[in-house]
Amino acid sequence: MIFDYQPLWLSLQLAIITTIFLLIIGIPLSSLLAFRSFRFKSVAEAVISLPLVLPPTVLGFYLLIAFSPNNFVGEFLQNHFDIRLVFSFPGLVAGSVIYSLPFMIHPLQAGLQGVPKEYKEASYTLGKGRVKTLFKVILPNIKPSILTGIVLTFAHTIGEFGVVLMIGGNIPGKTKVASIAVYDEVESLNYHAAHIYSIILLLVSFFILLLAYSWNKRFFKAGLPS
Amino acid sequence: MIDISIRKRLHIAEGIDVLSVDAHIREKEFVVVSGKSGAGKTSLLRIIAGLMKPEKGTITVNREVWLDTENKINLPVQKREIGFVFQEGALFPNMTVLENLEYAAGKQHDHSFLIRLLQMAGMDSFASRRPETLSGGQRQRVSIIRALARKPALLLLDEPFAAIDAEMRNHLRLELQQFHQECELTTILVTHDMGDIFSLAQRVMVIDKGKISREGSPEEIFGDIKTDRRVPLRGEVLKIQRTGVVYIAEILTGQHILKLVVGEDEQAAMPPGSEVLICPGAFDPVITVLT
Repeated sequence: MIFDYQPLWLSLQLAIITTIFLLIIGIPLSSLLAFRSFRFKSVAEAVISLPLVLPPTVLGFYLLIAFSPNNFVGEFLQNHFDIRLVFSFPGLVAGSVIYSLPFMIHPLQAGLQGVPKEYKEASYTLGKGRVKTLFKVILPNIKPSILTGIVLTFAHTIGEFGVVLMIGGNIPGKTKVASIAVYDEVESLNYHAAHIYSIILLLVSFFILLLAYSWNKRFFKAGLPS
Repeated sequence: MIDISIRKRLHIAEGIDVLSVDAHIREKEFVVVSGKSGAGKTSLLRIIAGLMKPEKGTITVNREVWLDTENKINLPVQKREIGFVFQEGALFPNMTVLENLEYAAGKQHDHSFLIRLLQMAGMDSFASRRPETLSGGQRQRVSIIRALARKPALLLLDEPFAAIDAEMRNHLRLELQQFHQECELTTILVTHDMGDIFSLAQRVMVIDKGKISREGSPEEIFGDIKTDRRVPLRGEVLKIQRTGVVYIAEILTGQHILKLVVGEDEQAAMPPGSEVLICPGAFDPVITVLT
């Protein structure tokens, strides 16, 4: 029997792309939540945290409806950008970004809030603007939180199942990621392949976390929730 | 030359108070702003720096308008040419001592000036050390020279020596005095430490409940302190006990507790916690309550 590595490769791609996207979105978004107060801030925080408690199938179901070309969001994307998010890899990325949002935002926000206010103010009194202060002073001092955000997002995306299945379906080579492949193989009583996928996922997840914990201990003396 | 006239509502422990200050500071003057904690002295400093905005007021520095609420002018903190020294130093932990200075001085800086600052502070051999490996006094030294790296005309310090032991504090005061003169600075220092006031201030402004209550040279302000041949001791009243017709005040000076006899009127003026100056004499020590 030939073992198909494609789902593993797809999972890896999905996790990397999602993590990069979330890092780009997460830094400004978490700065906003950590440093500014605005109306409906609690609403924004609640929405961001929803994926923590919501069954993935519920989120996946709504995203499926929203992304469908028959509905406004889907239609808009299709007509203006020629992007179709249902049953496609970009759709998986979009779903994963939303689903893993709290795993990036929460560590970043906590890290940012832990930076003494004086660092920011000192940088301002030295004539430096907000952006320079963020990149030169604040972010370098929350490296453990950034690493935590990256690791949790990555690992969480690798382990995702419900959202991916709902939005992506199970199209080999396009949307069939490793977690779905396990389910698929078990369903067709192909336990041998299911074992291979499972053990690889297990080991990858374990070693990512192990690496992160030992890094944090060695270099930063703080960081991951323990 | 600095002209300040500001009004700002402050939320303090006892409710809301209004910080209302009109002051005039000459060029190259060393002004100490003193007063109890919560009186509004740090707020005043932050308003001058641009870290806090008052409801009403004007700040003019060397004929340049930094703040004019009537005309909606509020120069952002980055554009105000100041050096600000925070109580805890606020050195950036991700940078070495030299990197902290370089960050402050900006891209096109004069490297030899930074080296000179390091030498003046006696920190040149620590240039590549990270702040966390320095002692409290060393950190505050670096913090002062970092504030000077941009060559500001105005140096603002917020209780910079509060967390530093007495011996080191004396060194740092001398160094600050030296920087004040050599860099031709106008300096405003916020403190409630009598040592800071007497060794540094050309002029003291005492802020009480948001207003300048007294202003003048340290001797003028705390002038009733006898400056005769007796050596004054600074202390804090710990407790006062009545013994028969007299009162015994326990006063902590340095590591020692002095028990002194005080009269009824005297003891009423110095509840536990007040700072006092004791001029010891053979029979009757003179105790002066400081505010």
